[in-house]
Amino acid sequence: MATKVHMEALSPTMEEGRLVKWNKHEGDAVKSGDTLAEVETDKAVMELVARADGQLLKVMVPEGTTVPVGNVVAWIGKPGEKVDGDGAAAPAPKSAPAPEPQKRAPPAVRSAPETPPQPAPIAPTDATRVKASPLARRMAKEAGVDLKLVQGSGPGGRVVKRDVESAPATEVQRTAPGALRTPLEGAPRTPYEDVPLTQIRKTIAKRLAASIGPIPHFFLTTEIDMERAAEAREALNKQLGEEGGKISFNDIVIKAVALALVQHRACNAWFQEDHIRYWNEVHIGMAVAIEDGLITPVIRNADLKSLREIGAESRELAARARSRRLKPEEYTGATFSVSNLGMFDIDQFTAVINPPEAGIVAIGSIAAKAVPEGDRVVVRRRMRATMSCDHRVIDGATGAAYMKTLKQMLENPLAMVL
Amino acid sequence: MPTLTYRDALNQALREEMQRDPTVFLMGEEVGVYQGAYKVSRGLLEEFGPKRVVDTPIAELGFAGIGVGAAMGGLRPVIEFMTWNFALLALDQIVNSAAKMLYMSGGQIRMPIVFRGPSGAALQLASQHSQAWESWLAHIPGLKVVAPATPADAKGLLKSAIRDNNPVIVLEGEMLYNLKGDVPDGEHIVPIGQAEIKREGNDVTLVCHSKTLPVALKAADQLAEQNVSAEVLDLRSLRPLDEAAILRSVRKTNRAVVVEEGWPHVGIGAQVVDLIQRDAFDDLDAPVQRVTEADVPMPYNKHLERAAKASPEKVVAAARKVLYLNGD
Repeated sequence: MATKVHMEALSPTMEEGRLVKWNKHEGDAVKSGDTLAEVETDKAVMELVARADGQLLKVMVPEGTTVPVGNVVAWIGKPGEKVDGDGAAAPAPKSAPAPEPQKRAPPAVRSAPETPPQPAPIAPTDATRVKASPLARRMAKEAGVDLKLVQGSGPGGRVVKRDVESAPATEVQRTAPGALRTPLEGAPRTPYEDVPLTQIRKTIAKRLAASIGPIPHFFLTTEIDMERAAEAREALNKQLGEEGGKISFNDIVIKAVALALVQHRACNAWFQEDHIRYWNEVHIGMAVAIEDGLITPVIRNADLKSLREIGAESRELAARARSRRLKPEEYTGATFSVSNLGMFDIDQFTAVINPPEAGIVAIGSIAAKAVPEGDRVVVRRRMRATMSCDHRVIDGATGAAYMKTLKQMLENPLAMVL
Repeated sequence: MPTLTYRDALNQALREEMQRDPTVFLMGEEVGVYQGAYKVSRGLLEEFGPKRVVDTPIAELGFAGIGVGAAMGGLRPVIEFMTWNFALLALDQIVNSAAKMLYMSGGQIRMPIVFRGPSGAALQLASQHSQAWESWLAHIPGLKVVAPATPADAKGLLKSAIRDNNPVIVLEGEMLYNLKGDVPDGEHIVPIGQAEIKREGNDVTLVCHSKTLPVALKAADQLAEQNVSAEVLDLRSLRPLDEAAILRSVRKTNRAVVVEEGWPHVGIGAQVVDLIQRDAFDDLDAPVQRVTEADVPMPYNKHLERAAKASPEKVVAAARKVLYLNGD
């Protein structure tokens, strides 16, 4: 029997996908795992892969068409094999720019009573339904894993045992409040530590959230002298010379932000309703402007990476972000973020926190300024950085201490190699 | 422990039971003077005489009926069919008389009778002589059905069958009679209704019985080379079925392949799958797969026959499927 190719949920939140390009065409031989088509999800352009061997018998959906998750987009089978009613079973695909189907058209006076009754449309597969083996369901329930967030590796994207086993651990390591040690050094190298909310934190969270949206932001701005960082950068790039892979200010900022977080774990955290997750790993989200929005690819363990590594990785991620080819795991899971509008000549700005992270640093442009030094005025390259803090996690003094460390690191880049 | 062939293990069970209980007797075509078409009854005529080792005409319905009457009268007949293909002629006595006697007599008349003989395909015996009847027989309430795969189980289960006060079907195999294995001396009993794990494993349960045990064991060897640890569960009894053993194993491995000799439609495997999907649903990581004989009359042609039978390769493919190792 021929196998249906479904529009799969290629990102956790995807409900429909636009078929950008068919890589295989009717009559082509396909093997399980081959890329059949490129599909644009709500986040990126992803690959739709074959889950059966045979021949691509029939393509049901032309390029450029948007299709709900679960719909049949093609058939794979033996050459010459018949496929079901040429897709009659699948609801008509929705063209990209087409208006929403008028599901709830007002019951207008029927002027054409002779119109034959339309057959009841077959409900499209519920995009929110997760296909999972019974065992995977049970395991996910026991481990508190949200199956919607697990990428299924079974037929048709079925979530099976191995997928749940390799899903991000949600088993929380609980520590009594007060037992929290701030510095990362000496902390066990588990990815994070969950600390239940204390009463005072609960009250702060509730009252401040009531005051200013779901995430009570506050902002801390400091002006950083970038003279020595600029000198260091010039020297390093000179040394790198022809090797390429120059280091940018952004790379230096990301490294400094990450290293400062190592010293201020209280800022490297997620707010999680009834607890705060303090991360022992530092994953920096890097806001990248793309054609029709913005996305934050993640530089994992940025504190452990060299400037060159950060530079190469951020360039590569940004390029793929712009061509919308990031995988979901590449733009999720940041513990803290950086947004840099320096190249747009913005002096300073406030960035919006990307939940569940508790903080983001907004970087302005580096500009020459007249600065008093002793009793004379000198011209120095300066940069303004503004930290947005989630007040449910970070208090003013906590954020200020972090910004002080960040400032010291950037003003004395040698501190970064300590 | 002595090593015996499957055939000699059955012979030992018959001899020991006939020595132990004078009401036990053997009846069938060629069981006496010819010592059995497959030599299972070798030496028994000499030892026990023509009253207890009875040669019959080629009349399956007739001697099955005589057996039923003898059992009603208090004897313990063992009826040998030269093969179960020939036993089709005797089904009326097996199904309508033997299986229902206790029930229809309101519990007054016991039916301690054994019907035994080889079942299933051998090599190139063609469609009419290559049939595995276990799902037909296990379908009938009132019968017990066992299908031993090893010499030790053959001895232990035949002894249990002879001592049972109900009609018991013993399915042997022409291709099993020469199989050698360790067989405990003397009183060795395998209770009816107990499956046995023939090989321990963690990743997938291969449920099998009779001639599919060697198939499953070979598949398990091949899977081990692919780093898959297969558990081989030999059902041994098909009615009653050891449901607890099946569920225990599937709960451990989360995946199952049921291998049987018969046709797929309404086969023994369908019964096992029914049990697993209902009582081990939340332990399943994949739909259970079945490996059976092809759904055709058994071909005579050697290559087609081989292609029609369950094979280790088919079992390996099914196991990889339930483990999601095929990429589909």
